[in-house]
Amino acid sequence: MHPIETLLDSWPKLLDGTLMTLKLTLMGALIAGLLSPGFALIRSHASPLAQAPLRLYISFMRGTPILAQLFLIFYGSGQFRPVLQEWGLWNFFRDPFNCALLAFALNSTAYQTEILRGGIQGVAHGEIEAARAIGMNRLKILRRVVFPHAYRIAWPALGNEVILLMKASALASVVTVFDLMAQTRRVFSRSFDFSVYLWAALIYLCLTAAFVLVWRLAERRLGRHILARQQPRPGAPTPRETQA
Amino acid sequence: MLELLSYGDTGWGDEILRGLAITIQLAIVTLPVGLCLGFMAAFASMSRYRALRALGFGYTTLMRGLPEILTLFVVYNGVGLLWNMLLKWWNPDAPGSDFSPFWAGVVALGMVFGAFACEVLRGAFNSLDHGQAEAGRAIGMTRAKIFRRIQLPQLWRFALPGLGNLWINMLKDTALVSIIALNDLMRMTSVAVGVTKQPFTFYLLACLLYWAMCILSELVLARMEKHANRGVRRA
Repeated sequence: MHPIETLLDSWPKLLDGTLMTLKLTLMGALIAGLLSPGFALIRSHASPLAQAPLRLYISFMRGTPILAQLFLIFYGSGQFRPVLQEWGLWNFFRDPFNCALLAFALNSTAYQTEILRGGIQGVAHGEIEAARAIGMNRLKILRRVVFPHAYRIAWPALGNEVILLMKASALASVVTVFDLMAQTRRVFSRSFDFSVYLWAALIYLCLTAAFVLVWRLAERRLGRHILARQQPRPGAPTPRETQA
Repeated sequence: MLELLSYGDTGWGDEILRGLAITIQLAIVTLPVGLCLGFMAAFASMSRYRALRALGFGYTTLMRGLPEILTLFVVYNGVGLLWNMLLKWWNPDAPGSDFSPFWAGVVALGMVFGAFACEVLRGAFNSLDHGQAEAGRAIGMTRAKIFRRIQLPQLWRFALPGLGNLWINMLKDTALVSIIALNDLMRMTSVAVGVTKQPFTFYLLACLLYWAMCILSELVLARMEKHANRGVRRA
Protein backbone atom coordinates (compact mmCIF):
# COMPACT_ATOMS: atom_id res chain seq x y z
CA MET A 1 0.00 0.00 0.00
CA HIS A 2 1.16 3.49 -0.72
CA PRO A 3 2.25 5.37 2.44
CA ILE A 4 -0.31 8.14 1.80
CA GLU A 5 -3.09 5.60 1.57
CA THR A 6 -1.94 4.13 4.86
CA LEU A 7 -2.24 7.53 6.46
CA LEU A 8 -5.68 8.16 4.98
CA ASP A 9 -6.74 4.75 6.20
CA SER A 10 -5.48 4.92 9.74
CA TRP A 11 -5.45 8.60 10.67
CA PRO A 12 -8.38 8.43 13.14
CA LYS A 13 -6.53 5.79 15.14
CA LEU A 14 -3.26 7.68 15.01
CA LEU A 15 -4.99 10.88 16.08
CA ASP A 16 -6.64 9.07 19.00
CA GLY A 17 -3.27 7.68 20.00
CA THR A 18 -1.57 11.06 19.71
CA LEU A 19 -4.15 12.65 22.01
CA MET A 20 -3.66 9.86 24.54
CA THR A 21 0.12 10.28 24.38
CA LEU A 22 -0.27 14.03 24.94
CA LYS A 23 -2.70 13.50 27.81
CA LEU A 24 -0.40 11.01 29.52
CA THR A 25 2.69 13.16 29.06
CA LEU A 26 1.17 16.47 30.09
CA MET A 27 -0.67 15.09 33.11
CA GLY A 28 2.42 13.20 34.25
CA ALA A 29 4.65 16.24 33.83
CA LEU A 30 2.11 18.46 35.60
CA ILE A 31 1.73 16.19 38.64
CA ALA A 32 5.51 15.90 38.89
CA GLY A 33 5.76 19.66 38.47
CA LEU A 34 3.45 20.18 41.44
CA LEU A 35 5.33 17.75 43.67
CA SER A 36 8.89 18.63 42.77
CA PRO A 37 9.27 22.17 44.28
CA GLY A 38 8.59 20.88 47.80
CA PHE A 39 10.91 17.93 47.38
CA ALA A 40 13.58 20.12 45.84
CA LEU A 41 13.46 22.40 48.89
CA ILE A 42 13.91 19.38 51.16
CA ARG A 43 16.83 18.20 49.03
CA SER A 44 18.53 21.58 49.19
CA HIS A 45 17.73 22.70 52.75
CA ALA A 46 16.71 19.83 55.04
CA SER A 47 19.08 17.95 57.31
CA PRO A 48 20.80 14.90 55.80
CA LEU A 49 18.69 12.61 57.97
CA ALA A 50 15.44 14.09 56.69
CA GLN A 51 16.76 13.80 53.15
CA ALA A 52 17.61 10.11 53.41
CA PRO A 53 14.21 8.70 52.35
CA LEU A 54 13.98 11.18 49.50
CA ARG A 55 17.47 10.31 48.29
CA LEU A 56 16.61 6.63 48.38
CA TYR A 57 13.46 7.27 46.35
CA ILE A 58 15.29 9.35 43.77
CA SER A 59 18.12 6.85 43.46
CA PHE A 60 15.63 4.01 42.97
CA MET A 61 13.65 5.90 40.34
CA ARG A 62 16.81 6.81 38.44
CA GLY A 63 18.45 3.41 38.78
CA THR A 64 15.67 1.18 37.50
CA PRO A 65 14.04 0.98 34.05
CA ILE A 66 10.70 2.78 33.71
CA LEU A 67 9.30 -0.40 32.22
CA ALA A 68 10.11 -2.27 35.43
CA GLN A 69 8.52 0.52 37.51
CA LEU A 70 5.42 0.37 35.36
CA PHE A 71 5.15 -3.41 35.75
CA LEU A 72 5.79 -3.12 39.47
CA ILE A 73 2.80 -0.80 39.83
CA PHE A 74 0.43 -2.30 37.27
CA TYR A 75 1.01 -6.03 37.78
CA GLY A 76 2.50 -5.76 41.26
CA SER A 77 -0.62 -4.15 42.68
CA GLY A 78 -2.44 -7.40 41.92
CA GLN A 79 -0.55 -9.12 44.70
CA PHE A 80 -2.20 -6.79 47.23
CA ARG A 81 -5.63 -6.97 45.72
CA PRO A 82 -7.55 -7.86 48.94
CA VAL A 83 -5.93 -5.01 50.84
CA LEU A 84 -6.48 -2.56 48.01
CA GLN A 85 -10.09 -3.63 47.68
CA GLU A 86 -10.59 -3.09 51.38
CA TRP A 87 -9.23 0.44 51.05
CA GLY A 88 -11.29 1.09 47.94
CA LEU A 89 -8.17 1.65 45.84
CA TRP A 90 -8.52 -1.39 43.64
CA ASN A 91 -10.56 0.43 40.99
CA PHE A 92 -7.71 2.91 40.64
CA PHE A 93 -5.05 0.25 40.14
CA ARG A 94 -7.17 -1.85 37.80
CA ASP A 95 -7.09 0.84 35.14
CA PRO A 96 -3.86 0.70 33.09
CA PHE A 97 -4.05 4.44 32.38
CA ASN A 98 -3.98 5.29 36.08
CA CYS A 99 -1.06 2.95 36.68
CA ALA A 100 0.91 4.36 33.76
CA LEU A 101 0.18 7.90 34.91
CA LEU A 102 1.26 7.06 38.46
CA ALA A 103 4.47 5.41 37.27
CA PHE A 104 5.39 8.30 34.97
CA ALA A 105 4.51 10.94 37.55
CA LEU A 106 6.59 9.22 40.24
CA ASN A 107 9.49 8.77 37.85
CA SER A 108 9.37 12.32 36.57
CA THR A 109 9.06 13.71 40.09
CA ALA A 110 12.42 12.16 40.94
CA TYR A 111 14.13 13.68 37.90
CA GLN A 112 12.42 17.07 38.21
CA THR A 113 13.32 17.27 41.89
CA GLU A 114 17.00 16.81 41.13
CA ILE A 115 16.88 19.33 38.28
CA LEU A 116 15.10 21.91 40.39
CA ARG A 117 17.48 21.34 43.30
CA GLY A 118 20.31 22.28 40.95
CA GLY A 119 18.37 25.43 40.06
CA ILE A 120 17.75 26.37 43.70
CA GLN A 121 21.40 25.86 44.56
CA GLY A 122 22.34 27.99 41.57
CA VAL A 123 20.56 31.09 42.89
CA ALA A 124 23.13 33.76 43.76
CA HIS A 125 23.52 34.05 47.50
CA GLY A 126 23.68 37.81 47.38
CA GLU A 127 20.12 38.00 46.05
CA ILE A 128 18.78 36.10 49.05
CA GLU A 129 20.79 38.26 51.44
CA ALA A 130 19.47 41.38 49.74
CA ALA A 131 15.90 40.13 50.07
CA ARG A 132 16.49 39.38 53.73
CA ALA A 133 18.02 42.82 54.23
CA ILE A 134 14.91 44.59 52.99
CA GLY A 135 12.84 42.55 55.42
CA MET A 136 11.17 39.88 53.29
CA ASN A 137 10.10 36.85 55.27
CA ARG A 138 11.19 33.37 54.24
CA LEU A 139 8.04 32.52 52.31
CA LYS A 140 8.21 35.72 50.36
CA ILE A 141 11.89 35.18 49.58
CA LEU A 142 11.06 31.73 48.21
CA ARG A 143 8.16 33.03 46.16
CA ARG A 144 9.71 36.21 44.82
CA VAL A 145 13.44 35.49 44.67
CA VAL A 146 14.45 31.84 44.94
CA PHE A 147 11.88 30.09 42.77
CA PRO A 148 11.77 32.59 39.88
CA HIS A 149 15.54 32.30 39.59
CA ALA A 150 15.61 28.56 40.14
CA TYR A 151 13.01 27.94 37.42
CA ARG A 152 14.87 30.17 34.99
CA ILE A 153 18.09 28.25 35.60
CA ALA A 154 16.41 24.84 35.49
CA TRP A 155 14.10 25.58 32.55
CA PRO A 156 16.08 24.00 29.69
CA ALA A 157 16.78 20.86 31.73
CA LEU A 158 13.11 20.63 32.71
CA GLY A 159 12.19 20.80 29.04
CA ASN A 160 14.54 17.89 28.31
CA GLU A 161 12.89 15.93 31.09
CA VAL A 162 9.40 16.49 29.66
CA ILE A 163 10.63 15.30 26.26
CA LEU A 164 12.13 12.21 27.87
CA LEU A 165 8.79 11.66 29.60
CA MET A 166 6.98 11.85 26.30
CA LYS A 167 9.31 9.25 24.84
CA ALA A 168 8.84 7.08 27.92
CA SER A 169 5.05 7.40 27.63
CA ALA A 170 5.27 5.08 24.60
CA LEU A 171 5.90 2.30 27.14
CA ALA A 172 2.30 2.63 28.32
CA SER A 173 1.40 0.73 25.15
CA VAL A 174 2.84 -2.39 26.79
CA VAL A 175 0.19 -2.32 29.52
CA THR A 176 -2.64 -1.79 27.00
CA VAL A 177 -3.01 1.97 27.19
CA PHE A 178 -3.96 2.95 23.65
CA ASP A 179 -1.44 5.71 23.05
CA LEU A 180 0.21 6.49 19.71
CA MET A 181 2.61 3.56 19.99
CA ALA A 182 -0.15 1.07 20.78
CA GLN A 183 -2.36 2.29 17.93
CA THR A 184 0.60 2.07 15.57
CA ARG A 185 1.33 -1.48 16.61
CA ARG A 186 -2.33 -2.36 16.22
CA VAL A 187 -2.42 -1.02 12.68
CA PHE A 188 0.82 -2.82 11.85
CA SER A 189 -0.31 -6.15 13.26
CA ARG A 190 -3.43 -6.04 11.08
CA SER A 191 -1.91 -4.90 7.80
CA PHE A 192 1.83 -5.63 8.09
CA ASP A 193 2.17 -2.25 6.48
CA PHE A 194 5.51 -0.90 7.60
CA SER A 195 4.89 2.72 6.63
CA VAL A 196 2.60 3.24 9.62
CA TYR A 197 5.73 3.14 11.80
CA LEU A 198 7.22 5.92 9.72
CA TRP A 199 4.08 8.02 10.18
CA ALA A 200 4.22 7.41 13.92
CA ALA A 201 7.87 8.47 13.94
CA LEU A 202 6.93 11.63 12.08
CA ILE A 203 4.17 12.42 14.60
CA TYR A 204 6.53 11.90 17.53
CA LEU A 205 9.10 14.18 15.89
CA CYS A 206 6.47 16.86 15.28
CA LEU A 207 5.30 16.65 18.89
CA THR A 208 8.89 17.04 20.10
CA ALA A 209 9.57 19.91 17.72
CA ALA A 210 6.38 21.76 18.71
CA PHE A 211 7.19 21.25 22.36
CA VAL A 212 10.75 22.55 21.96
CA LEU A 213 9.35 25.64 20.26
CA VAL A 214 6.79 26.36 23.00
CA TRP A 215 9.38 25.73 25.70
CA ARG A 216 11.84 28.13 24.08
CA LEU A 217 9.20 30.86 23.89
CA ALA A 218 8.50 30.36 27.59
CA GLU A 219 12.22 30.45 28.29
CA ARG A 220 12.49 33.77 26.55
CA ARG A 221 9.60 35.08 28.62
CA LEU A 222 11.19 33.88 31.86
CA GLY A 223 14.50 35.49 30.99
CA ARG A 224 13.13 38.67 29.38
CA HIS A 225 14.89 40.97 31.86
CA ILE A 226 18.24 39.43 30.94
CA LEU A 227 17.52 39.39 27.24
CA ALA A 228 16.55 43.06 27.33
CA ARG A 229 19.86 43.92 28.95
CA GLN A 230 21.88 41.98 26.39
CA GLN A 231 20.31 43.32 23.21
CA PRO A 232 18.52 46.63 23.53
CA ARG A 233 15.55 46.97 21.25
CA PRO A 234 15.95 49.52 18.48
CA GLY A 235 14.78 52.85 19.80
CA ALA A 236 14.65 51.65 23.39
CA PRO A 237 16.66 53.68 25.87
CA THR A 238 19.95 52.09 26.84
CA PRO A 239 20.44 51.29 30.53
CA ARG A 240 22.68 54.32 30.93
CA GLU A 241 20.04 56.70 29.59
CA THR A 242 17.42 55.30 31.95
CA GLN A 243 19.72 55.88 34.88
CA ALA A 244 20.27 59.50 33.94
CA MET B 1 9.62 -16.92 49.88
CA LEU B 2 13.25 -18.01 49.77
CA GLU B 3 12.14 -21.23 48.19
CA LEU B 4 10.77 -19.27 45.24
CA LEU B 5 14.13 -17.62 44.67
CA SER B 6 16.26 -20.69 45.19
CA TYR B 7 18.48 -22.24 42.57
CA GLY B 8 17.14 -25.31 40.79
CA ASP B 9 13.85 -26.81 39.66
CA THR B 10 11.67 -25.43 42.44
CA GLY B 11 12.98 -21.87 42.50
CA TRP B 12 13.35 -19.15 39.96
CA GLY B 13 16.83 -18.02 41.00
CA ASP B 14 18.64 -19.70 38.12
CA GLU B 15 16.17 -18.54 35.47
CA ILE B 16 16.42 -14.96 36.64
CA LEU B 17 20.20 -15.09 36.80
CA ARG B 18 20.23 -16.41 33.25
CA GLY B 19 18.06 -13.47 32.23
CA LEU B 20 20.44 -11.14 34.02
CA ALA B 21 23.34 -12.66 32.05
CA ILE B 22 21.51 -11.94 28.76
CA THR B 23 20.83 -8.36 29.84
CA ILE B 24 24.51 -7.82 30.66
CA GLN B 25 25.59 -9.50 27.41
CA LEU B 26 23.27 -7.28 25.41
CA ALA B 27 24.56 -4.12 27.09
CA ILE B 28 28.20 -5.11 26.63
CA VAL B 29 27.77 -6.02 22.96
CA THR B 30 25.82 -2.81 22.29
CA LEU B 31 28.45 -0.53 23.83
CA PRO B 32 31.14 -0.81 21.10
CA VAL B 33 28.48 -0.64 18.36
CA GLY B 34 27.06 2.53 19.87
CA LEU B 35 30.49 4.07 20.40
CA CYS B 36 31.50 3.40 16.78
CA LEU B 37 28.26 4.95 15.52
CA GLY B 38 28.78 7.87 17.89
CA PHE B 39 32.31 8.53 16.63
CA MET B 40 31.19 8.25 13.01
CA ALA B 41 28.28 10.62 13.58
CA ALA B 42 30.49 13.05 15.47
CA PHE B 43 33.04 13.10 12.64
CA ALA B 44 30.23 13.49 10.10
CA SER B 45 28.69 16.42 11.93
CA MET B 46 32.07 18.18 12.18
CA SER B 47 33.03 17.47 8.60
CA ARG B 48 33.96 19.99 5.93
CA TYR B 49 31.20 18.75 3.66
CA ARG B 50 27.73 20.10 4.13
CA ALA B 51 26.06 16.83 3.06
CA LEU B 52 27.88 14.87 5.76
CA ARG B 53 27.03 17.49 8.37
CA ALA B 54 23.37 17.33 7.39
CA LEU B 55 23.50 13.55 7.63
CA GLY B 56 24.98 13.69 11.12
CA PHE B 57 22.45 16.28 12.26
CA GLY B 58 19.54 14.32 10.80
CA TYR B 59 20.64 11.10 12.45
CA THR B 60 21.09 12.57 15.92
CA THR B 61 17.87 14.60 15.79
CA LEU B 62 15.85 11.63 14.61
CA MET B 63 17.23 9.13 17.08
CA ARG B 64 17.03 11.48 20.05
CA GLY B 65 13.47 12.50 19.22
CA LEU B 66 11.94 9.05 18.84
CA PRO B 67 10.86 6.79 21.69
CA GLU B 68 13.38 3.96 22.09
CA ILE B 69 10.61 1.41 21.86
CA LEU B 70 9.53 2.79 18.48
CA THR B 71 13.11 2.55 17.21
CA LEU B 72 13.25 -1.00 18.47
CA PHE B 73 10.06 -1.97 16.64
CA VAL B 74 11.14 -0.22 13.46
CA VAL B 75 14.42 -2.13 13.52
CA TYR B 76 12.87 -5.44 14.55
CA ASN B 77 9.97 -5.40 12.10
CA GLY B 78 11.52 -3.24 9.38
CA VAL B 79 14.88 -4.92 9.14
CA GLY B 80 13.14 -8.26 9.39
CA LEU B 81 10.94 -7.42 6.40
CA LEU B 82 13.92 -6.05 4.47
CA TRP B 83 16.03 -9.10 5.27
CA ASN B 84 13.32 -11.47 4.10
CA MET B 85 12.85 -9.44 0.94
CA LEU B 86 16.56 -9.63 0.17
CA LEU B 87 16.57 -13.31 0.96
CA LYS B 88 13.64 -13.93 -1.38
CA TRP B 89 15.35 -11.90 -4.09
CA TRP B 90 18.59 -13.83 -3.64
CA ASN B 91 16.94 -17.21 -3.40
CA PRO B 92 13.17 -17.44 -3.96
CA ASP B 93 13.01 -20.83 -2.27
CA ALA B 94 14.63 -19.74 0.98
CA PRO B 95 12.37 -20.04 4.02
CA GLY B 96 11.52 -16.73 5.68
CA SER B 97 13.61 -16.24 8.78
CA ASP B 98 13.03 -14.04 11.77
CA PHE B 99 15.49 -11.33 12.62
CA SER B 100 17.01 -12.34 15.94
CA PRO B 101 15.65 -10.22 18.81
CA PHE B 102 19.14 -10.04 20.30
CA TRP B 103 20.63 -8.39 17.23
CA ALA B 104 17.58 -6.20 16.75
CA GLY B 105 18.20 -5.02 20.31
CA VAL B 106 21.89 -4.44 19.65
CA VAL B 107 21.19 -2.44 16.49
CA ALA B 108 18.34 -0.35 17.95
CA LEU B 109 20.00 0.40 21.30
CA GLY B 110 23.32 0.99 19.51
CA MET B 111 21.70 3.52 17.19
CA VAL B 112 20.15 5.39 20.11
CA PHE B 113 23.39 5.27 22.09
CA GLY B 114 25.31 6.47 19.02
CA ALA B 115 23.07 9.51 18.55
CA PHE B 116 23.49 10.66 22.15
CA ALA B 117 27.19 9.74 22.15
CA CYS B 118 27.67 11.90 19.06
CA GLU B 119 26.61 14.98 21.02
CA VAL B 120 28.80 14.06 24.00
CA LEU B 121 31.83 13.46 21.79
CA ARG B 122 31.27 16.66 19.84
CA GLY B 123 31.07 18.63 23.05
CA ALA B 124 34.24 16.99 24.34
CA PHE B 125 36.03 17.67 21.06
CA ASN B 126 35.07 21.32 21.19
CA SER B 127 36.44 21.69 24.70
CA LEU B 128 39.90 20.46 23.69
CA ASP B 129 42.64 23.07 23.79
CA HIS B 130 43.05 24.16 20.20
CA GLY B 131 46.66 25.26 20.72
CA GLN B 132 47.77 21.71 21.37
CA ALA B 133 46.69 20.51 17.93
CA GLU B 134 48.45 23.51 16.42
CA ALA B 135 51.59 22.69 18.39
CA GLY B 136 51.40 19.15 17.07
CA ARG B 137 51.15 20.43 13.53
CA ALA B 138 54.06 22.79 14.12
CA ILE B 139 56.38 19.92 14.99
CA GLY B 140 55.24 18.07 11.88
CA MET B 141 52.78 15.49 13.17
CA THR B 142 50.24 14.18 10.69
CA ARG B 143 46.54 14.69 11.38
CA ALA B 144 46.08 11.03 12.28
CA LYS B 145 48.96 11.20 14.74
CA ILE B 146 47.65 14.40 16.28
CA PHE B 147 44.31 12.72 16.76
CA ARG B 148 45.77 9.56 18.25
CA ARG B 149 48.41 11.05 20.51
CA ILE B 150 46.99 14.41 21.54
CA GLN B 151 43.26 14.62 20.99
CA LEU B 152 41.95 11.13 21.70
CA PRO B 153 43.49 10.72 25.19
CA GLN B 154 41.99 14.03 26.30
CA LEU B 155 38.71 13.43 24.49
CA TRP B 156 38.30 10.42 26.72
CA ARG B 157 38.70 12.56 29.81
CA PHE B 158 36.10 15.12 28.73
CA ALA B 159 33.63 12.62 27.35
CA LEU B 160 33.73 10.07 30.15
CA PRO B 161 31.04 11.60 32.43
CA GLY B 162 28.60 11.97 29.55
CA LEU B 163 29.31 8.52 28.17
CA GLY B 164 28.90 7.07 31.65
CA ASN B 165 25.40 8.51 31.88
CA LEU B 166 24.61 7.06 28.47
CA TRP B 167 25.85 3.66 29.54
CA ILE B 168 23.52 3.68 32.54
CA ASN B 169 20.59 4.81 30.38
CA MET B 170 21.35 2.06 27.89
CA LEU B 171 21.57 -0.53 30.64
CA LYS B 172 18.06 0.45 31.70
CA ASP B 173 16.78 0.56 28.12
CA THR B 174 17.79 -3.07 27.61
CA ALA B 175 14.60 -3.90 29.54
CA LEU B 176 12.72 -2.95 26.36
CA VAL B 177 13.96 -5.99 24.45
CA SER B 178 11.78 -8.12 26.70
CA ILE B 179 8.87 -6.78 24.64
CA ILE B 180 10.27 -8.36 21.47
CA ALA B 181 10.64 -11.69 23.25
CA LEU B 182 14.31 -11.80 24.13
CA ASN B 183 14.80 -13.76 27.35
CA ASP B 184 16.44 -10.98 29.31
CA LEU B 185 16.06 -10.20 32.99
CA MET B 186 12.73 -8.45 32.54
CA ARG B 187 11.16 -11.23 30.51
CA MET B 188 12.39 -14.03 32.75
CA THR B 189 10.84 -12.09 35.61
CA SER B 190 7.55 -11.92 33.72
CA VAL B 191 7.72 -15.67 33.12
CA ALA B 192 8.29 -16.26 36.81
CA VAL B 193 5.36 -13.96 37.62
CA GLY B 194 3.14 -15.90 35.25
CA VAL B 195 3.80 -19.12 37.12
CA THR B 196 4.10 -18.02 40.73
CA LYS B 197 1.43 -15.27 40.70
CA GLN B 198 3.67 -13.10 42.86
CA PRO B 199 4.09 -10.06 40.60
CA PHE B 200 5.19 -7.56 43.23
CA THR B 201 7.88 -9.80 44.71
CA PHE B 202 9.46 -10.64 41.39
CA TYR B 203 9.23 -7.24 39.72
CA LEU B 204 10.70 -5.73 42.88
CA LEU B 205 13.53 -8.26 42.63
CA ALA B 206 14.12 -7.25 39.00
CA CYS B 207 14.13 -3.58 40.01
CA LEU B 208 16.66 -4.29 42.75
CA LEU B 209 18.91 -6.14 40.31
CA TYR B 210 18.79 -3.25 37.82
CA TRP B 211 19.39 -0.83 40.67
CA ALA B 212 22.41 -2.84 41.82
CA MET B 213 23.83 -2.83 38.28
CA CYS B 214 23.39 0.94 38.03
CA ILE B 215 25.02 1.60 41.39
CA LEU B 216 27.90 -0.71 40.52
CA SER B 217 28.31 1.08 37.17
CA GLU B 218 28.37 4.42 38.96
CA LEU B 219 31.11 3.23 41.31
CA VAL B 220 33.23 1.87 38.45
CA LEU B 221 32.68 5.04 36.41
CA ALA B 222 33.75 7.22 39.33
CA ARG B 223 37.00 5.26 39.54
CA MET B 224 37.50 5.49 35.78
CA GLU B 225 36.98 9.24 35.92
CA LYS B 226 39.51 9.54 38.71
CA HIS B 227 41.96 7.50 36.66
CA ALA B 228 41.33 9.55 33.52
CA ASN B 229 41.98 12.77 35.43
CA ARG B 230 45.17 11.57 37.15
CA GLY B 231 47.44 13.81 35.08
CA VAL B 232 45.39 16.97 35.55
CA ARG B 233 46.69 19.67 37.84
CA ARG B 234 44.11 20.90 40.30
CA ALA B 235 43.78 24.54 41.07
